[in-house]
Amino acid sequence: MFRNNYDNDSITFSPQGRIFQVEYAQEAVKQGSVVVGVVSKTHAVLAAIKRNAEDLSSYQKKIIPIDSHYGIALAGLASDARVLSNFMKQQSLSSRLTYDRAIPISEITMRIADRAQANTQQYGKRPYGVGLLIAGVDQKGPHLFEFQPSGVTQEMIACGIGARSQMARTYLERHLDGFEGASREELIKHALRALKESLSQDKELTVDNTSVGVGGIGENFTLYEGQDVAGWLDATFENKEDAGEGEGQGEGGEAMETDS
Amino acid sequence: MNHLPQAWGRPRDDVYGAYDHSHFQTQLPNQHTQSPIVTGTSVVAAKFKDGVVIAADNLASYGSLARFTDVKRLRKFNDEVVVGFGGDVSDMQYLDRLLNSLDIRENYSNNENPLHAKNLHTYLAKVMYKRRSDFDPLWNHLLVTGLDGEKKPFLASVDLLGTTFSSPTLATGFGAHLAQPILRRTIPDEDAVANVSQEEAVKLVQECMKVLFYRDARSMDKYSIAVITTSGVELKQDEKLENQSWAFAERIRGYGTQVN
Repeated sequence: MFRNNYDNDSITFSPQGRIFQVEYAQEAVKQGSVVVGVVSKTHAVLAAIKRNAEDLSSYQKKIIPIDSHYGIALAGLASDARVLSNFMKQQSLSSRLTYDRAIPISEITMRIADRAQANTQQYGKRPYGVGLLIAGVDQKGPHLFEFQPSGVTQEMIACGIGARSQMARTYLERHLDGFEGASREELIKHALRALKESLSQDKELTVDNTSVGVGGIGENFTLYEGQDVAGWLDATFENKEDAGEGEGQGEGGEAMETDS
Repeated sequence: MNHLPQAWGRPRDDVYGAYDHSHFQTQLPNQHTQSPIVTGTSVVAAKFKDGVVIAADNLASYGSLARFTDVKRLRKFNDEVVVGFGGDVSDMQYLDRLLNSLDIRENYSNNENPLHAKNLHTYLAKVMYKRRSDFDPLWNHLLVTGLDGEKKPFLASVDLLGTTFSSPTLATGFGAHLAQPILRRTIPDEDAVANVSQEEAVKLVQECMKVLFYRDARSMDKYSIAVITTSGVELKQDEKLENQSWAFAERIRGYGTQVN
């Protein structure tokens, strides 16, 4: 009758040494729309595709600023991400209050990892159905961490999670060497291009469905949406046609910008 | 009429029977922590060009009895902070254990951002204020010395009420009256710190310890001194006051056996 006897709870191992509920949770991450994160020596960037359930509804939030120095991007169950982000906000605030210290990114990542792991050790709990990218800057510079429902966390140079994110990761792997020395703008462009790679044919990056979060040394983590990302979208994707014109023209308004 | 307020407004015994007083608090709260028993006297500290120097003698008094003569009242924390304790010695030992467990916790959480002096000062201020809000204060006056997040010299105090104060020179207890004016002669303000070398600062603090030994009846001539710079903490716990001159004592009139 049952295909599988070992997936009724999230604490029982199968004879093969797997915990099926955790694996199902990881499937939930793959259902979420894609998010991408990249770090350079000076900046950490998150980029995400937002989805709307129907044309008349608003778009689901994908990037959540947690503290002034970092934020998260989520793929999977948004409500689970809210639970985790509220916890992260509390922990970050309490670190600032009791120690006057911005919580280190590795530290906050460990704390949610411990919470996620505890779910696989106590009867009646379920794993979080969300994957997170945690990006920001602490005393030791910019960081990007990946968090999985299993409680696994890893520090990454670049990462993509969510639906069709393999395409984004392929892009990131190809351009891996360019990230460390990249400027703020270059890094954002890389993130947007990686995002674009994993988009299905009939979809496009627009001001409505694109979210960008940027943190940097001496720069607070900021979420950019709507018209604030229009400039980057133009610069990243329309550039191919514009590049020739821009250099050739050298007159009118453009000449003013390139002056001196 | 019964003049005890506890009896007022109670149901009449002759009508309702004897009143059950058992729910009243029969035992008064512990009060032995509400005043210091074994005490340490002044702690003296001064900033200099590229660090801080702090000193406290090795005496723990039981009232006016010089009870323990080998008590170390300067405590090193993770290679860049030294905390000096004045006031109750058992509360100092409690705080010492607290700092120990904090240090162990910090070292386990594999982050590379150790707590610096400013972090620790904020933390201790919260601890002290919490305890005074519970009406169970830790009867200490602490000086926290070390380097802040920018590797600049840091010196600040917390008292038993959780009051914080910062200044280029600080002294607790009797030292606040006797040593502070001497320190201010050389280091009147933050600008003066840049002109003070390590040798000058150490000599200045030693001079203060000497004056305190002359005048403070709860002090002694064995002391600890620590110098905190970017190259680490240099803590000496078995120093002896040198070049004492008691010549001035003969001229003192007005107390003791001879009145005039």
